[in-house]
Amino acid sequence: MIKTRDIDLTLNGNHILNCVSVEIPPGKVTALIGPNGAGKSSLLHTLSRLQNQDSGEVELAGRLLSDYAFDELARHLSVLRQHSTIGSRLRVRDLVAFGRYPHNKGRGTAADDVIVDQALRDFDLGELASRFLETLSGGQRQRALLAMNFAQATDMVLLDEPLNNLDLRHARKLMQLIRRHTDRGRTFALVLHDLNHAARHADHIVAMKNGEVFKAGNKAAVLNSDVLSDLYDTDIRMVTVEGELLALT
Amino acid sequence: MTPSEIRLEAASRPVCLFVTLTLATLIASAVYLFQGANGNLAFILAFRLPTLLGLLLTAAAIGVSTLLFQTLSGNRILTPSLMGFDSLYILIQTSVVFFLGSSHYVALPASAKFLAELSIMTVLALALFSTLLKRGQADFSRLLLTGIIVGVLFRSLSGFMARVLSPNDYAVIQSASFARFGNIDESLLGYAGIAVAVSLWLTWRLRRKLDVMALGRDLAIGLGVDHDKGAFQILALTAILVATATALVGPVVFLGLLISSLVYSLAPDHRHATLIPLTILTGTLVLLGGQLVLERLLNMQITISIVIELLGGLLFLYLLLMKRP
Repeated sequence: MIKTRDIDLTLNGNHILNCVSVEIPPGKVTALIGPNGAGKSSLLHTLSRLQNQDSGEVELAGRLLSDYAFDELARHLSVLRQHSTIGSRLRVRDLVAFGRYPHNKGRGTAADDVIVDQALRDFDLGELASRFLETLSGGQRQRALLAMNFAQATDMVLLDEPLNNLDLRHARKLMQLIRRHTDRGRTFALVLHDLNHAARHADHIVAMKNGEVFKAGNKAAVLNSDVLSDLYDTDIRMVTVEGELLALT
Repeated sequence: MTPSEIRLEAASRPVCLFVTLTLATLIASAVYLFQGANGNLAFILAFRLPTLLGLLLTAAAIGVSTLLFQTLSGNRILTPSLMGFDSLYILIQTSVVFFLGSSHYVALPASAKFLAELSIMTVLALALFSTLLKRGQADFSRLLLTGIIVGVLFRSLSGFMARVLSPNDYAVIQSASFARFGNIDESLLGYAGIAVAVSLWLTWRLRRKLDVMALGRDLAIGLGVDHDKGAFQILALTAILVATATALVGPVVFLGLLISSLVYSLAPDHRHATLIPLTILTGTLVLLGGQLVLERLLNMQITISIVIELLGGLLFLYLLLMKRP
């Protein structure tokens, strides 16, 4: 779905990304893992045009990212940043309805209402729909932003640490929801810090370190004790419990 | 509540508010035009009508430009005057007096002077904005800081020139440095009216995009809005509106802040389809009310800018001290 070729990014003299060539396979959940400062978020930002790379190319569905108009791109690719500050005073439902903007340009229809209501239900926001965002807790806010992203309903979804602030139940619900949508043909790429979530829910893993791709491949190839210990420079043991991979950290 | 009920409820509140405000504006305008008009009505209206129109244009221009600027910056305390607009205006006045002398300055044809001021301020503002926006990632803090420093530079330059002027020339600058609503030149109203009407129409067409831009740069790009292009459009409209109002009546520093704070607290929702008309109505009411009190109750003992800047200053302090930024 997404292919990058030799992406370089330097910010204020610091090499953030160094010759990154990765592929995010279509119809799968890809997890980006790696230590702090590995360049996971920066990679996600260059994939979504929030940050322009110094050199290299990004291809989405066989077309260069730079060939997409802004509004066209937003119908094919959505992104959730790690720290989104929202300038305006909004109710939860209004925020989620903005997810339909790329499709309706702000003229909401009944069909849009159905999608927005579904997104609100998916994230247990029905009760909170008419609350103002600033009255929400961190986790509720994160769910509202996720619901907006799901209302955008794009083929390709980039989520930067979507589990931030979510409690156990909602974290699990989110991952199950992502799986259901993947089965319908959508593609997800997530930055994850919890290796167990990656082991449980991802199909494809991209491990990054020092601005480079450290290793990429299926779960078995990346999520083993040797690779992970090298990746994080600390001892990590992968074990199998009740048929599931589990990281002992 | 079902979505349609929410929509209905959201739609009915602004309607009540708009009807009330529109009625209040109409009543205030009627009072302004006809109160105490004993004698030849046509004669009195010939004086009062241009002032009323000037007030309307200024209120709409200053109010909407502040709204646009605050939407772009995501900050409710910033106003376009921070970008050095007022000081640029005074610098232009001072330079003309400095280089041509006050006799030439007074003799300049009003419409030529107005159009020159309008274009110089718009061009300079756009030059500043666009160079800064081209530096990649739309660095708004850098833009603001540059604006503030440029403002200080303009002020220092006009301060320097004012210091070496003769007292007579200096008095001319002094009177040009304060907003005046009482004696608006009728010949300028046409140009100002066209500039403001076109800008407001363009702003209205951008209203849905403005809602998305208000979410911030990253969310706006994520939703398919070319943020840098949108920012340039907003800044261009802001530049034209502020330049028109300033060239028409002189520097009006705090008026925008006063209007926008009132509007945000009155508005039932923060969609620009609500905010833009509300800003125009509130702005007109504030200015018209102030002018009425001054003209009819205080007999023009002070100027309206003193009232506006006193109230605006107090409100500014209140916003800074009492509310979260």
